[in-house]
Amino acid sequence: MNHLIILPILWPLLVALLTMLPPFDQNLLLRRCLSVGGSAVLVLLSVLLVLQSSDTPAQLYQLGNWPAPFGISLLLDQVSSLMLCLTSVLALAASLYASSGEDENGPFFHALLHFQVMGINGAFLTADLFNLFVFFEVLLIASYSLLIHGGGKAKTKAAVHYVILNLVGSAMFLFALALIYGASGTLNMLDLGTKVATLSDTQLQLLQAAVALLLVVFGLKAAVMPLHFWLGNAYSSASPAVAALFAIMTKVGIYSLLRVFAMVLQDAGFVADWVFPVLWWTGLLTIVMGVLGVLASEDLRKMASYLVIVSVGSLVAILSLGTAEAIQALLYYLVHSTLATAALFLLADLIANQRGKAGDRLVNGRKMAQPVLLGTAFIVVALSVVGMPPFSGFIGKLLLLQAVPQGSTMLWYWSFLLGSSLMLLIALSRAGSILFWQVSGSDVEARLAGRRRASALLLLVIASPLLSLFAGPLTAWCQAAAAQLQQIATLSPGAF
Amino acid sequence: MELLVAIIIGVLTCSAVFLILRARTFAVMLGLTMLSYAVNLFIFASGGLKMGAGAVLKATEDYADPLPQALVLTAIVIGFAMTAFLVVLSIRARADLGNDHVDGKLPVAKNTRQGASS
Repeated sequence: MNHLIILPILWPLLVALLTMLPPFDQNLLLRRCLSVGGSAVLVLLSVLLVLQSSDTPAQLYQLGNWPAPFGISLLLDQVSSLMLCLTSVLALAASLYASSGEDENGPFFHALLHFQVMGINGAFLTADLFNLFVFFEVLLIASYSLLIHGGGKAKTKAAVHYVILNLVGSAMFLFALALIYGASGTLNMLDLGTKVATLSDTQLQLLQAAVALLLVVFGLKAAVMPLHFWLGNAYSSASPAVAALFAIMTKVGIYSLLRVFAMVLQDAGFVADWVFPVLWWTGLLTIVMGVLGVLASEDLRKMASYLVIVSVGSLVAILSLGTAEAIQALLYYLVHSTLATAALFLLADLIANQRGKAGDRLVNGRKMAQPVLLGTAFIVVALSVVGMPPFSGFIGKLLLLQAVPQGSTMLWYWSFLLGSSLMLLIALSRAGSILFWQVSGSDVEARLAGRRRASALLLLVIASPLLSLFAGPLTAWCQAAAAQLQQIATLSPGAF
Repeated sequence: MELLVAIIIGVLTCSAVFLILRARTFAVMLGLTMLSYAVNLFIFASGGLKMGAGAVLKATEDYADPLPQALVLTAIVIGFAMTAFLVVLSIRARADLGNDHVDGKLPVAKNTRQGASS
């Protein structure tokens, strides 16, 4: 067995525990070094796993060497390694950014950050539905504490909603798992995938009830249309490094939808009958709600939060097509949109720090102290989010548009995606011109973006031109990943 | 017995939903606790209900499904931790926001005096 597979879960756990032990618990500098270094090691590790997964078939890791349907399995394929890589880059940026002062607001920031990364990585790696629930809880309890990191009324208020909603979600997840176990006798994803075809009608009905519950749970995590109301307040009140890391959280929901519906249950008749249509329409409506939110936002942070919702809508709608091209486009766009929105959260904080009382609200304010750095970053991120060439958003949206088959689907998706891009263009150019050009008042002492915060921002911003520069190999890689995902479902756990 | 367990789970869930839809954090917390009780019973029942079957393998020929028991144990532990967190958060919210309403502010029309004093 390849023990490297479990390291993305164990390593953050180890780093998190170390930050709470001497000598790290007393010395902030050491703790920061450990945290940033730990994230950097995680980046290397996940790159290694990406390389490993691209030239070998999918690998199954059996914890404690218990045989497959009974023991917990971890699955490393191209899709999960891609998500691990994305998470580790975000974790590096977040820990680097937070090291410039944000982590002083509470003693356990770095520990919580790494616990959260552990939960996210676990959710990406696991091939067992109950284990997915456990890792969801790990990442959630870390995110609850990270959300209120720094304290304050707005954070507490957002956290109460976020925690209660997610607790209800967890309860529903458990109901769904019990139903799936009752209907099929297994919770292992691969085992479930092979057993679906043999289920009787009554069992299938139970399974469909479970699937409906799962849709709600994953929809809540991903912030799909009627379940997206928590996101705006939660993300915009969170501290910037935390918000940047949270950019991956909605993607955990999308990834779970992808795993369960495009892989495990792809051959079940009811998925095409009603699950995919539900995802399709809610996805399109999510785009609308997100765009309305972006247009109505009064500050840049809120705008970034609603941009997350727009990207979720586009991804969920394309996911519901279930074809290999659709999954390929989804993977590329997911990477692009996560990095772009995370960069925007950091940027919003940097801008807010230099505009005095105006903060990141879209009103007249003082001239920024570093207009060149922040302005360039804003232009790159904004163009990328809108989907203008030469940045990654353009290629991502092109792939999404191409993946849609001709006919009425095309009419709906093209008009919603292109319409949303136009609205985002309007909203972001308005925001940019107000923030950078409508200046008044005298220069005062501003909090400059130091080396750490600037490099964290650059790490995320530079990803956009890089993603479009290497679009050829990347899209080919995503294509292979999509093909692999669809092929794994036909294998039983014994086939590895 | 199936009917009895089903009714218990149903009643627990109904009460939980009712309590969660209250607007005060304490009631919501009680509701979530009840919901987790209902969930735990539900998971327990998912392996099939048996009377007089052994809980330990090999002790008897006829034994209850052990997997739901393991699942329910995990669910209880996690649910307990989450409830504990919510208790602390609710107390914090009461201190930070000045009231125990889930939205952080009391509806103005009804409790005008309380709303003004908080």
